[in-house]
Amino acid sequence: MASFLARRLGAMLLTMLCLTLAVFYLVNLEPNLRKLAISQTEMHASNDELESWLVKNGYRRPFFVRYATWLGVWPKQPNIDPSTGVATPRFSYCDEPTTPTFSGVLEGDLGCSTKFKEKVVNKLGPALEATAILMFWVLAVMVPVALAIGVVAGMREGSPTDRTLSVVSIATTSTPEYVSGVVLTIIFATWLGWLNGSAASATEGHVTFYNFALPVATVAIYGMGYVARMTRASMIEVMNAQYIRTARLKGLGFTAIVLKHALRNALIAPFTVIMLLFPWLLTGVVIVEVMFRYQGFGQALVDAAGNNDIDLLLGCSLVSVTLVLLTQLISDIGYAYLNPRIRVH
Amino acid sequence: MQFLSPGEIILRTLVQLIPVWASLALTLGASFVFRRRLGLYGHVVQTGTGLAGLMLVGFWLFAAIFANEIELFDPLGQIAELQHAPPGAIDPHSGLPYLFGGDKLARDVFGRVIAGARIVLIIAPLATLLALSIGVALGLPAGYFGRRTDAALSFLANLVLAFPIILLFYLLVSPGILETPIPYSLAAIFFTFPIALFSVYFIAGYRAQPGQLALRLALTAIAGAWLFATFVFNADPLGLLEVSPSTLNIFIAVALASGPGIFRIVRSLTLDIKTREYVFAAQTRGESPWYVMLWEILPNARGPLIVDTCLRIGYTTILLGALGYFGLGIPPESPNWGTMINESSRFMRIYVHPALPPALALMSFVLGLNLLADAIREQSLRD
Repeated sequence: MASFLARRLGAMLLTMLCLTLAVFYLVNLEPNLRKLAISQTEMHASNDELESWLVKNGYRRPFFVRYATWLGVWPKQPNIDPSTGVATPRFSYCDEPTTPTFSGVLEGDLGCSTKFKEKVVNKLGPALEATAILMFWVLAVMVPVALAIGVVAGMREGSPTDRTLSVVSIATTSTPEYVSGVVLTIIFATWLGWLNGSAASATEGHVTFYNFALPVATVAIYGMGYVARMTRASMIEVMNAQYIRTARLKGLGFTAIVLKHALRNALIAPFTVIMLLFPWLLTGVVIVEVMFRYQGFGQALVDAAGNNDIDLLLGCSLVSVTLVLLTQLISDIGYAYLNPRIRVH
Repeated sequence: MQFLSPGEIILRTLVQLIPVWASLALTLGASFVFRRRLGLYGHVVQTGTGLAGLMLVGFWLFAAIFANEIELFDPLGQIAELQHAPPGAIDPHSGLPYLFGGDKLARDVFGRVIAGARIVLIIAPLATLLALSIGVALGLPAGYFGRRTDAALSFLANLVLAFPIILLFYLLVSPGILETPIPYSLAAIFFTFPIALFSVYFIAGYRAQPGQLALRLALTAIAGAWLFATFVFNADPLGLLEVSPSTLNIFIAVALASGPGIFRIVRSLTLDIKTREYVFAAQTRGESPWYVMLWEILPNARGPLIVDTCLRIGYTTILLGALGYFGLGIPPESPNWGTMINESSRFMRIYVHPALPPALALMSFVLGLNLLADAIREQSLRD
């Protein structure tokens, strides 16, 4: 187990290194740097002025030096004003070291958000907290419902209940968030007026059923069908197993068979699926946060990408890539732990 | 301003869609008559889900084909009086109705939804086929050779899979990136895969017949040249397709997002099939590895691959909608379902009618593909 973990962690770190390098390259493409320079200097700055702004703020240092600095394995140089010789921070809203120091991701310094005019860490913290609340409710709604649908559909394969529930699951997987969000808002907010079509008030910590039901339902619906179908397939497999036949031949009732013998084994596969669903949910969260004006991680990502906020975008990428890789790791370990037939070497 | 009554709207919509109903009836009727001779397809037509799926997919397919005949107005044309007009409003100039009303720029919602079908039905299948060729070309050797090849290719696939799709889209489908060589070089790499795949397929299979081989390779080369001219350089010699740099970018992003998933499926299918007797037989005959992969393993993996491709076209449609929703890569005036949903969702509290048709269109098309895939899976497992 230990060597398995070590190898997985090694691969994970290598993946993160490759991915952050790719993201770093893409956000620092020449057109993006120019746009950043244009937005940060005064209007109608000439090409020379843009170039000198980029040079002054260190955007023209060698690519790998800048990546290593961001990572925190290369000392960050203070920004010295050539006329006075005094070290001044590049952006007035973030303090920077006055002497060369290691200050990057590894030291917990994610840089400066040019859009929100504050440190990336200070921006991402509350945003992630808001998204965590949303994710919690999404999972709290989605997982039990999906598992229930899957188990009920799978315990009698081919029955009318199974067929109906299968079509329902297929229908939910065919409804992406931007479709279900629109349809649900029209029905429950515009026509019936029961729910709020905006979750803006939920950002300040006032999460109520009235403002949170629509965003949660929107994300939950898309993932629900997928988990339900996996649970159904797993349940069917278990119900056809020898030990279920034995239990039936012993004369046990159907309810007892399902609850005591089948359920536990049928829930192993869905566990993996739920963990692997996280990267998928991320896209949904971004769509829903934009649609319902909820100030979370997804909104931060969209704002960062839309405004060439390089450090914030890098921070968002780091968080999402870490999340994806961690869930993959947990799903592997969890699968091995839950299923004694799988032994990792 | 005059309006059609709800009944008249429904009737007029049905009449307007007559080309679709006629072709649908013809196709399904023919499929039903010849169902015994059509193999798997014939079985699929006879199941409830299969028939429903075929009808939904067929509806949008024919709507895309006959889009010019169905539309009453130019999907980009604006008639100022009909801004936010409710469904059934009649244009005072031509006397024709805006069946589903007008949007915020006074364009015909009905015509735009139909025109949107054309965009989706061109881009989604083609991008999926591109991703499929990449997945097959890399998945077969990864599963067949194993060891280092597998480790390297799987690492690459996992790398892309660990990249959240929404982030990939924001980084790769930005307008700035079109000024760099990245999309064009990626396109050149991606479009090499289908050409290489077909070339190797023919070289491995027709080694004994040089005449046949030369003919097929020449055809592959011509098709490849057309692909490159059309997609990478946006200069279609036949003038069939116009692939602007931003459309190419969408192709790349979607293929990159779906490729690794297909790779994993092909790889696991290959791992399973390579232990069969007929593969050992081919190996004992001294066939080359690529012959075994492309002529023995691939044909026997087709069932699950067809199902997956069907599902994936639906998924690609969803991705396209997401791109449109975020306004990435697609021109803002284009009648794309995602763009339409995004535009109308801002006015959703006041005007409902521009938001519902594109949302339901996208959902019904994807639902049709998913139902079809489910029916094919069920029927192919039965045999």
